[in-house]
Amino acid sequence: MKQLVIDFQKCDAGRNCNHECEMECAIKVFKVDDPAQAALQIKAYEEGGGKAILCDQCGDCMVVCPSEALKRNKLGVVMIDKQLCVGCYMCIGFCEKDAFMRNPDWIVPHKCTSCGVCVKVCPHGALSIVDVPEPAVRII
Amino acid sequence: MSQLVFDPTKVMDIDYTKRTEYLDRLEALRAGMRTLKEVPFQPSLPDKGYTNRTLYVNVGNLEVTEKPVTQQMKDVFIGGRGFGLYHLWNAVKPTTRWNDPENEIVISPGPVAGMTQYAGTGKSLVVSLSPQTDIPIDSNVGGFYGPLLKFSGFDALELQGKADKDVILFVDGVKGIIRIEEVEGGPEDSHVLAELLTHMYAEDEKDLPNVSVVSSGAAAAHSLIGMLNFSFYDRRRKCVRFKQAGRGGIGTVFRDKRIRALVVRGPKVAGDLNHPVDPETIAKTGIKYHKEIRENDGGQCMMRRNGTAHIVEIMDAYDLLPVHNFQYGSHPDVHKIDSAYWQQRCTQATVDGCWYGCSMACAKGADGLVLKTGPYKGDMVTVDGPEYENAAGLGSNCGVFDPDYLLELNFYCDTYGICTITWGTLTAFVMECYQRGILNRERTCGLEMTWGNAEADLEMMHQMARGEGFGKIAGMGVKKMKEYFIKQGWGDPQLINDIGMENKGLEYSQYMSKESLAQQGGYALTNKGPQHDEAWLIFMDMVNKQIPTFEDKAEALYYFPLFRTWFGLNGFCKLPWNDVVPANNSEQPEAHKVPEHVQNYVDLFSATTGVKIDKEELIVQSAKVYNFQRVFNIRMGKGLRLHDAAPYRSLGPVTKEEYESRAERYDQQIVTEMGLDPAGKSTEEKMALHRTWRTGRFSKLMDSVYARRGWTSNGVPTLERLKELGLDAFPEVVDVVKQHL
Repeated sequence: MKQLVIDFQKCDAGRNCNHECEMECAIKVFKVDDPAQAALQIKAYEEGGGKAILCDQCGDCMVVCPSEALKRNKLGVVMIDKQLCVGCYMCIGFCEKDAFMRNPDWIVPHKCTSCGVCVKVCPHGALSIVDVPEPAVRII
Repeated sequence: MSQLVFDPTKVMDIDYTKRTEYLDRLEALRAGMRTLKEVPFQPSLPDKGYTNRTLYVNVGNLEVTEKPVTQQMKDVFIGGRGFGLYHLWNAVKPTTRWNDPENEIVISPGPVAGMTQYAGTGKSLVVSLSPQTDIPIDSNVGGFYGPLLKFSGFDALELQGKADKDVILFVDGVKGIIRIEEVEGGPEDSHVLAELLTHMYAEDEKDLPNVSVVSSGAAAAHSLIGMLNFSFYDRRRKCVRFKQAGRGGIGTVFRDKRIRALVVRGPKVAGDLNHPVDPETIAKTGIKYHKEIRENDGGQCMMRRNGTAHIVEIMDAYDLLPVHNFQYGSHPDVHKIDSAYWQQRCTQATVDGCWYGCSMACAKGADGLVLKTGPYKGDMVTVDGPEYENAAGLGSNCGVFDPDYLLELNFYCDTYGICTITWGTLTAFVMECYQRGILNRERTCGLEMTWGNAEADLEMMHQMARGEGFGKIAGMGVKKMKEYFIKQGWGDPQLINDIGMENKGLEYSQYMSKESLAQQGGYALTNKGPQHDEAWLIFMDMVNKQIPTFEDKAEALYYFPLFRTWFGLNGFCKLPWNDVVPANNSEQPEAHKVPEHVQNYVDLFSATTGVKIDKEELIVQSAKVYNFQRVFNIRMGKGLRLHDAAPYRSLGPVTKEEYESRAERYDQQIVTEMGLDPAGKSTEEKMALHRTWRTGRFSKLMDSVYARRGWTSNGVPTLERLKELGLDAFPEVVDVVKQHL
């Protein structure tokens, strides 16, 4: 399955960039001029280093979705079907990586779909799309 | 007790998509149907949780009317159970009985119902005059019917009248059609009927989840203990499943009206159909709660794995599990039906909520059961549950510890349309009567009703479904069986009355209250009869030890019945309130109230309706409806102190064996509570001392609780209390009370 990964050897958690990845995702994917709505979030720690909040396509959200709105596409990426989503946000509450997100203006939640638009704009080349095996389905 | 740990490798390998299908009967059913009346209506979505109209249907004269929801209805009755009681009061007279045409069945989901972001928000409340109690019964049930009815355009459905032949009421909330159809032939039992009707009324496969069916079954028509199944379509299993409006015989009223089924087809559900005033608060509160379930459930109740059956072994460990008609509190074979077993037997790799967004997901299902008896012998079925009440009632209380037979009992109760709790308690009573010679093989027409004889238990149920044999007598319920046995001269009347576990005509649910004064009151001092949903205090009293003093217990019997009433006004489920709690809950003041969750409910109500309330106002809202219901009971001839009396089995040891099974505890109480010395006294003498002390203590509890509730010592709400709650605006309510002051 296609998975977005970040290399913190290269990413400095936004200290010397303009969060181009977040901006590109917000504008290109979600058509909003607000990086807070991007499907990946880079956070810097005060003590140095940082973390990325992004979806690794683990599929836990598919297990808890009551309306079968979440399914893998042929690339193994977990996609949300807006027509089936009932806006319950169990996908958000049960995501251990906090990677499922919600824009207060929308009913349907959203997340990273490994589309790669962020990869192209990262000035440090820290982001990449890799192909990894799908994990086994968990009972949650 | 150590915390059970879920091991996914132990879950039985059962294909949850496989079961016997009945769709080949669809055309035959369709051929037997003809339209009696079709009325167009304008579908509408709620605004701030209300559609502001209700639907009245008379299945006798085919009248179909819309009624407005008034501001007074919202202010005083809120919705759900409140709307049900309001409509029922207006429909009946003090002389009305359950099978009179003017009796109604009212279904109302409540203003919050249909929310998808918080767990347990899809409930329908069903109200009717009960064939068992002759007073209003209310039942809180999951499934999709209530929310889909509201999203079609109605805050409540009133059903009145009696049809000559079986009818189906179809509400199409997409096309705007209300249709009453006559049906000849075809199935009556829910698991077949609802499958066919779901497929008949859905436009296509994608539409199946938007259809919900209310139905009963063959046994409802031949008994007083009929139940209603509310369906929901399980997308993973690709089958129709049910939640039950079980207590008090509403299914019997339904079949007496010759209603075969109610069907609603609603719009596709989305997260904002209630049009709440503050969706942001709802979203944040819902997500916070989902995270709480994710983080805490596995180390607390494991509702997602076990459902409510998680407390089987806890009740057993604390000597509170009903065994052999509430004689004993534990049994060595309980491990065969405890949650460690059910979490292996129930399908786990699926989603088990009875409404969207329920992260608690307690609606477990046991798939792949091949039936051994009855009209569906050999069929493979999915059984909903078993819930705790079924494991305890159909299981330990009757001495049935074979899980497959327990599931079969559960299945047939459901599809025949009878209440599992009632069936468990009445069968336990029959079995104890058999044990004590009140009944014998001749009197039961050949049924050998010994403890644990599941085959005889099932045969009694099949007889009832056929309307024959001893099963028909059993279907009258414990109260009428007691009267019948006494009239026949079978056994000692006092013993029969002591061991027959009913109050107001309703059978006790499955907690052994002998050692819990709070639960004794929680059962007997109820409006509808001894059902734990009004005051489930046994856990906080006996397990968590959170209400140790007499005053604590009396206060709990004021607060919790009101707090829990509120769930039914709004369309909430009560389980998410305290079947998981915040990690720091025990550090909070009044931890037994789960204060953070109370605030969640305050926030969800305000955010939906725009009516700002706080936790105190929440109780006032409930008190209006609770006291209205008490007055309603009085209006119908019950609701006074004498009707709150409890069978002695619920208060203390009736028999020598019961006393001696707990002799050390009971002897100690003679010393500590009565200041006497048990030495040298016979068991009979000590039992008599206990009886005097326990009945006196219960009477004192009644005095305290009545006073705290603002009632006279006869259990009548005072005029001051009515005025304080604004119920003096209803002259009829005041008139009822005045006759008893």
